[in-house]
Amino acid sequence: MAKELEKRSRSGSLGQLLVPIIALALIAVFNLFRDPSFFSVGMTNDSQGNPVLTGNLISILNGASELAIISMGMTLVTASSKGQDISVGAIAAIAGSVFVKFLSGGDITGLSVTLGIILCCLVAMLCGAFNGALVAYFNIQPMIATLILYTTGRSIAYWINGGATPTVSSPIITAIGGFIPGCPIPTPVFVVIVFGVLFWLIFRFTNLRLYTQAVGINQDAARLNGINPQTVKMLTFIVLGLCSAVAGVIAVSRLSLINHETILLEIEMDAILAVAIGGNSLAGGKFTVVGSVLGAYAIQALTTTLYAMRVPSTAVKAYKAVVIILIVIIGSPVVKDAVNRMMAKRRQKTAAAKGE
Amino acid sequence: MENRSRDLRRREPLTDAQLLMTITICIFIGLYILAMAVWGGGFLRPQQLFDLFNNNAALIVIACGMTVVMITGGIDLSVGAVVSLVVMVSVINIEDQGGNAFTAFMLGLAIGAAFGIVQGLLIAKLDIQPFIVTLSGMFFARGVTTMVSLEPRSVQDEGFSAMQDARIEIDWLGYETNKGAHIPGRIEWGVMIAIAVVIVIFVVLRWARFGRDLYAVGGNEQSALMLGINVSSTRFWAYVLSGVLSGIGGFVFLLHTGAGNATNAAGAEMTCIAAAIMGGTLLTGGVGNVIGTMFGVLTIVLIRAIVVASGLREPWWQSITTGAMLCFFIILQSLVVQYRGRPHKDKDAKKAKI
Amino acid sequence: MEHDVVLSARDICMTFPGVRALWNAQFTLREGEIHALMGENGAGKSTLIKVLTGVYHKDSGVIRLSGKEVNIKSPEEAQNLGISTVYQEITLCPNLSVAENMYIGRGDYKFVNWKEIESKADAILKNLHIPARARQQLGKCSLAVQQMVAIARAVDMECKVLILDEPTSSLDDQEVERLFGLMRDLKARGVGIVFVTHFLEQVYEVCDRITVLRNGEFVGEYTVAECPEVELVAKMLGKELDDLSEIKKEEVHITAGETPVYEAEDLSSEAVTHPFDYEIYKGEVNGFVGLLGSGRSEIIRSIFGADRVTGGDVKVDGRKAKITKPLDAMKLGIGYLPEDRKRDGIIGDLSVRDNIILALQVIKGFFKPITRAQAEQFADEYVKQLQIKTASTDTPIKSLSGGNQQKVILGRWLLTHPQYLLLDESTRGIDVGTKVEIQKLILKLAEEGVSVTFISSEIEEMLRTCSRLIVMRDGRIVGELKGNEMTQNNVMRTIAGGDA
Repeated sequence: MAKELEKRSRSGSLGQLLVPIIALALIAVFNLFRDPSFFSVGMTNDSQGNPVLTGNLISILNGASELAIISMGMTLVTASSKGQDISVGAIAAIAGSVFVKFLSGGDITGLSVTLGIILCCLVAMLCGAFNGALVAYFNIQPMIATLILYTTGRSIAYWINGGATPTVSSPIITAIGGFIPGCPIPTPVFVVIVFGVLFWLIFRFTNLRLYTQAVGINQDAARLNGINPQTVKMLTFIVLGLCSAVAGVIAVSRLSLINHETILLEIEMDAILAVAIGGNSLAGGKFTVVGSVLGAYAIQALTTTLYAMRVPSTAVKAYKAVVIILIVIIGSPVVKDAVNRMMAKRRQKTAAAKGE
Repeated sequence: MENRSRDLRRREPLTDAQLLMTITICIFIGLYILAMAVWGGGFLRPQQLFDLFNNNAALIVIACGMTVVMITGGIDLSVGAVVSLVVMVSVINIEDQGGNAFTAFMLGLAIGAAFGIVQGLLIAKLDIQPFIVTLSGMFFARGVTTMVSLEPRSVQDEGFSAMQDARIEIDWLGYETNKGAHIPGRIEWGVMIAIAVVIVIFVVLRWARFGRDLYAVGGNEQSALMLGINVSSTRFWAYVLSGVLSGIGGFVFLLHTGAGNATNAAGAEMTCIAAAIMGGTLLTGGVGNVIGTMFGVLTIVLIRAIVVASGLREPWWQSITTGAMLCFFIILQSLVVQYRGRPHKDKDAKKAKI
Repeated sequence: MEHDVVLSARDICMTFPGVRALWNAQFTLREGEIHALMGENGAGKSTLIKVLTGVYHKDSGVIRLSGKEVNIKSPEEAQNLGISTVYQEITLCPNLSVAENMYIGRGDYKFVNWKEIESKADAILKNLHIPARARQQLGKCSLAVQQMVAIARAVDMECKVLILDEPTSSLDDQEVERLFGLMRDLKARGVGIVFVTHFLEQVYEVCDRITVLRNGEFVGEYTVAECPEVELVAKMLGKELDDLSEIKKEEVHITAGETPVYEAEDLSSEAVTHPFDYEIYKGEVNGFVGLLGSGRSEIIRSIFGADRVTGGDVKVDGRKAKITKPLDAMKLGIGYLPEDRKRDGIIGDLSVRDNIILALQVIKGFFKPITRAQAEQFADEYVKQLQIKTASTDTPIKSLSGGNQQKVILGRWLLTHPQYLLLDESTRGIDVGTKVEIQKLILKLAEEGVSVTFISSEIEEMLRTCSRLIVMRDGRIVGELKGNEMTQNNVMRTIAGGDA
């Protein structure tokens, strides 16, 4: 085990995880000094009378679910196409609208919910394929290509539901967005776990990681080694579409309604941030999905902390913006170079001292 | 060859950017004629054209800033949010702190410049991706706007309101109302500011050293460096200029609406990018001009007006049609660049290879 | 010292961490001469140029410009002193006009006077016989013209010294001729020109003097007349010539009726516009020779399916095959080492291990990943076999030296156990020792039955390793040389257009 750990740290993956772990630890320490009761976890009965867990920690775990799922996909897109998808929130809105539209037609049963989820996943994957095609075949920068759906996605969602914000109420929906009766842990947490396992299986039994990294680092070389960069990029965007759809379904189920304007608003920013905090380069290449997920929890922890400090929800993004800038400054090549130079100087000095 | 080189006046073929700009201008004119023919009414009055300007003067101003930044190969997503912040702060200044139009204007400039300087430093000196920096700038400005005031505020101050209501009236371009009253053509003063900005930026981009350096940096950063251009300072000033123009844009916006609201100018950054792209500014940098951008803005708002006139009153149509337009132009640009813009693979180079 | 010396460099030393790039290098440039700076890759030519233009800072030594000692700190300062450089890659802005490219960033101005710079530019273009117009967009000119515009800019800045760093590598014969015309023109005006090139013929066509560097040291300065081609090559290579002579190839005897490993008929691609026929037999090493840009790289790219194939038939082992993308070729047992290792070969941030298994992994398919243990075993095997110097197989490949990177790429293809290897400039830019190793390895592979198509800019290397040479000119196959016909003279003659 220790040997394995040593190996991993040498290959850099543990080093990459250092950033999100430190970020989480900083927030934890900050809260510890601010108000230790932040960490308390309790049991209460929910509206159906089932005992469920409550507390800030649970709400962080629960609240970060959509973000965690989207940042997994965002990591892949970032790695393969050296850019980010800013349309994830809009795609989630479209998927959510399709889901609601499908269900509002008739009785809500287990089957119809399953079909609805499949349908909205397909729609979202189509949106992802659209983005992917622009990026892969038309060579448009990802952020510009996804700008199209970013501007129109929420309006399309509005259109799908004919200008209304319809509700879907059913115990099944509540169970997806809240708690399964008898289980004290929120369902979205399980969805994240399922996605995590899914990604692990994909990485274990396919070459997605190698292909994505190769394309992101050197597209020409990847092509000459038999990898089709276009296909890989398309694939990552489609996967992200799927992630967005699932996140959209969770978000819809939480409130049992779709509001195209507010659903997962500005989650693209948080997802990009999660990828960055996760120790991934926003310029593509090597990546760690675990890092991004940890990053997502760090962001949710930050948000929850800000709320606990009674910062108004509309102002939270200003604080987040400052945190992002600080992180990218620390990660910027110029600062890294400066630090490296300082380290080298110190090493030289100590070497010189030893020499004497 | 000899003869040709002697002839300075010989016309060069259209460049990619000029082609894209021409397409946009033609589409604008074509759509306008179509609108006049199909929906008549308002579109036949010059006032309709004036109103396109009146309602979008601020957009034109900030789109100029966006164009400048995009020419260097960057992007500035903070423009809309800065406008919103500037408007809110100006309203508070006029209403609560006894300010006037002048102090509000200076305040706008200062806020815009501050955003420009910080973002420019981060991008040019620390080499951080413009998208991340300015997206953060956008979130910061939006967040701060709500901190300044969550409630919409409007200007009651009489001095300012008088200024706001002032119009340039052009009698002979007016129209008769149904009741027979003659209403002269009316242009807001904000439009004059916008036109002045377009002219100044056009001149800077065409003739000033700084303007030409912007093109060089966007064309090939490495080459620009070898040609003796200070690349990082050029990029820095591009973002400062964009910030300052956002400040001015905020003032123009206030002059038009007279109210501060946290959701002011929402999505303006995307409209600006779309306008610049439609006007022939290349996403990859090095190419573009503000005349094209102005027509880009006008085309987008004309489409919106047409959407309304054609009876598609549901709110989603505007952004869906804008998005479709944007999609069309992005793909068109990509195709034009791919098939026309291969400099080394043209006939000349092929001859060399064969 | 002679009074007409414009630039002299004495005892220049320059070290990089772990490498002695220049050691007591000497260089003297006189007014109105074209001076070739020669040496193999890694001889220190480009380092010397970068010292002269202020990109690098010398450790010791003296540089004198018109007799005065100067200390050049930046390219800008070099320009102001009258030393202008035109690089192999064009360092102009393709989106700007020709005139603007000549005047931007120079001198003190606030606004551009278009009329003035355009008429001035036109005058210079005409004066130097450059076929371009001032208002033309630079990116729409051919590469040669762009190169000339860069020179025109330098000329207009009234440079005393003009350094041309491999300006001809991407030009065709006609364009080279035009460039030479321009150079002679400038020479007549008293400009001292430093000319760096890999093409020996060009040196003898246009230069007055030659300075040879080897391993960072000064070998000597000669007039063109006193140093014939063969001697120059010997001076550039030094003793290493003996080392290479150990390599002996075996003649491959192709029995009549044997089916070729690979056979192409009328093959053409996006980049190869003249369809060609070509075949290679088991265990054969052959090569394409021709100048850079003659289409030799494009041909082997089309064999591998790297460019879009536009027509023709391909047979592998006698069976009809369809190769439209690299993966098709890989599955048929064909491997390809690209010309530009950095751009097309290595996946920089990935580990040596991932780089080694990449091709095999892709052949196996998306759903059949190689296990970690297996990958480690493969990587260890080839690191050992090819003596790759790396801290571990986890090290990112980009931190390896050029030669070792090349070995990793070679290992990548060997791991796929190819029956046919395409090697494009596989020995370029790497040290002589590794070069010899790679050549030996190629011959060993051939003995084991692997067919190899080999491209190198160094004709001697081709003559040593190949049993058959296909000569190319202007995108066409113009001849084939075998056995005794394979001499340097014959190759040159065929390339130049005479019959072999």
